[in-house]
Amino acid sequence: MAEYKGVMVLGEVIDGKLAAIATEILGCGRRLADELKEELSCILMGGEVAKVADEVIAFGADKVYIAEDSLLKDYRTDSYIVVTEKIVQEATPRILLLGQTAVGRDLAPKLAFRLGTSLATDCLELEVDTEAKLLSATRSVYGGNARAIFTSESLPQMATARQKAMSPLERDDSRKGETISVKVEIDPAEIRTNVIEKVKEEAVGIKLEDASIIVSGGRGIGGPEGFKQLEELAKILKGAVGASRPPCDNGWTPTTAQVGLTGKIVAPDLYIAVAISGASQHLAGCSGSKNIVAINRDAEANIFKEACLGVVTDWKQIIPPFTEKVRELMAG
Amino acid sequence: MNMVVCCKQVIDPEAPPASFSIDSAANKVIPPAGIPPVVNPFDEQAVEAALRVKDAIGGKITVISLGVNLTRDVIKKPLSMGADELILLEDEAFEGGDSWSTAYALAMAIKKVGEYDIIFCGRQASDWDAGQVGLGIAEILGIPSVTVAKKAEVINGKARVERVVADGYEIVEVTLPALITITNELGEARYPTLRGIMAAAKKQPIIWKPADIEVESSQIGAAGRRAKLVKLFQPVREGKCEIIEGDDVADTAAKLAMKLRGLKVI
Ligand SMILES: Cc1cc2nc3c(=O)[nH]c(=O)nc-3n(C[C@H](O)[C@H](O)[C@H](O)COP(=O)(O)OP(=O)(O)OC[C@H]3O[C@@H](n4cnc5c(N)ncnc54)[C@H](O)[C@@H]3O)c2cc1C
Ligand SMILES: Nc1ncnc2c1ncn2[C@@H]1O[C@H](COP(=O)(O)O)[C@@H](O)[C@H]1O
Repeated sequence: MAEYKGVMVLGEVIDGKLAAIATEILGCGRRLADELKEELSCILMGGEVAKVADEVIAFGADKVYIAEDSLLKDYRTDSYIVVTEKIVQEATPRILLLGQTAVGRDLAPKLAFRLGTSLATDCLELEVDTEAKLLSATRSVYGGNARAIFTSESLPQMATARQKAMSPLERDDSRKGETISVKVEIDPAEIRTNVIEKVKEEAVGIKLEDASIIVSGGRGIGGPEGFKQLEELAKILKGAVGASRPPCDNGWTPTTAQVGLTGKIVAPDLYIAVAISGASQHLAGCSGSKNIVAINRDAEANIFKEACLGVVTDWKQIIPPFTEKVRELMAG
Repeated sequence: MNMVVCCKQVIDPEAPPASFSIDSAANKVIPPAGIPPVVNPFDEQAVEAALRVKDAIGGKITVISLGVNLTRDVIKKPLSMGADELILLEDEAFEGGDSWSTAYALAMAIKKVGEYDIIFCGRQASDWDAGQVGLGIAEILGIPSVTVAKKAEVINGKARVERVVADGYEIVEVTLPALITITNELGEARYPTLRGIMAAAKKQPIIWKPADIEVESSQIGAAGRRAKLVKLFQPVREGKCEIIEGDDVADTAAKLAMKLRGLKVI
């Protein structure tokens, strides 16, 4: 039996660009590989991905496996899994990391079951015991109320990392690495799903994940009109509008605005939580923010435990004068 | 359409954070006193997804749940919503499992059910938040899967599924039989009707033991685990919040804005 060695990551490419999460898990993978004194490799899969191979090396990989095929243009479980399975079977990495994204969520568990190994999803921290060469994976569980540390002796040791939980390395274009092109053999008849259409629903303006300021509204906003006011504030701050789950479920704001465990993971410099109680599932998506400001009329609301600044009042009272003051400051 | 929905009983994920506590010696969560367990909310929505298919084209819905101490009032809710049958894998031997042993037992139970066109699961169980069991069942049964669906319809013998992704959704067509995992964007699950509640009260769940589904005892429950739980703990929050107060709202608003300017975030 082949020896399991090295760390491998799956590098997602979105619209031809290396995804932020790919640089994050490369950074984490590099650290683990260095501690184990082993190699870091990366899989790139898609229609056209070879052009980001240099970038993957600059972000830490020693080796890049490139699988290009028109059948890999859209993510489909059945096509991606055969390619990943083949690469993993041949390269036999000790540790295999993916991002907790729409792709990672779908691919990683199925791949783990296919490979007969276990997987820790949505990890916040990954450490390796260099003696036992055992990966210890810290996950958020019970909606963020608790953390759990898991290990597994089955190989490869697999984990998916939560977005923005790991730090990328500084890009270094002088780094050297090797590229290997993988022969893709997919039988189209074996792909049992077909993507018929992709519907974009994102609000215009700055993407939530990229915004350095987010104004986020909760159930207490009460309806779509309130979100117009939050949009105005966000616009002045050159930020984006987010939301807890109820406003999305109620259609006051697009579902793509949802921040939290099952929504977007954000880590802006400033997160203004307006009329949000601070349920653990919401905090799971924003607790990485540098500064959280809470506006809530209930002084006992859990959000004040996470915030650095707070105002206890009806948001309808404070948001208009605050917006005006901010407008003044930003203009001046 | 023969449909199977996998439903897990969990402690109420929306219980107040202060009611949450851990027995760190046992690495277990202590169920909060006085707050009854619930069917995992995503699984309730998975039942709703199945009911919508049944409403549209007819069919039979079998609900399967694995666990111990399953509260009858709680776990019968899918029946009162309109599901046809409830199977419980209720035995100590099934307890203490991980994604692997749970998926294996559920897959074997589904095999015993026999005919199935669609299996619905929740996108994740709100206790361990893993999001693995559904995909495991699909892999063990060798059927295709679509995850994080907000809509699922059957058209011309295939399922047409809206799969939520970061910037919107994809419309995916999948051959049947297939496994589909459901997310909250599906919309609220229906409330049981009085008639539904009465019908459910009369129905007895079918209980299957390990021998009934021909599983190897080394593969189920704690014995079949591949992941080891080393430690379970509550994260500590520093929690130092400065409350801004002014003479009136305009003053408070100005103070808040100046404070943020001072922090150089605006
Ligand atoms: C498995 C699972 C996953 C989940 N995933 C997510 C997720 O990803 N994201 C998410 O956000 N939630 C998620 N939830 C839901 C979560 O548990 C909470 O129910 C939700 O976050 C509550 O949203 P909220 O704070 O807006 O509403 P509430 O908890 O109802 O709080 C509303 C707040 O507004 C305040 N308020 C009301 N009116 C005013 C006013 N006029 N002025 C000032 N303050 C006011 C109230 O004091 C209260 O604190 C999930 C739940 C489960 C079970
Ligand atoms: N014990 C269980 N009984 C029935 N269904 C389960 C059980 N555990 C998990 N599931 C199903 O699998 C989904 C994902 O669970 P998990 O992988 O634990 O997050 C859940 O939403 C359920 O549909």
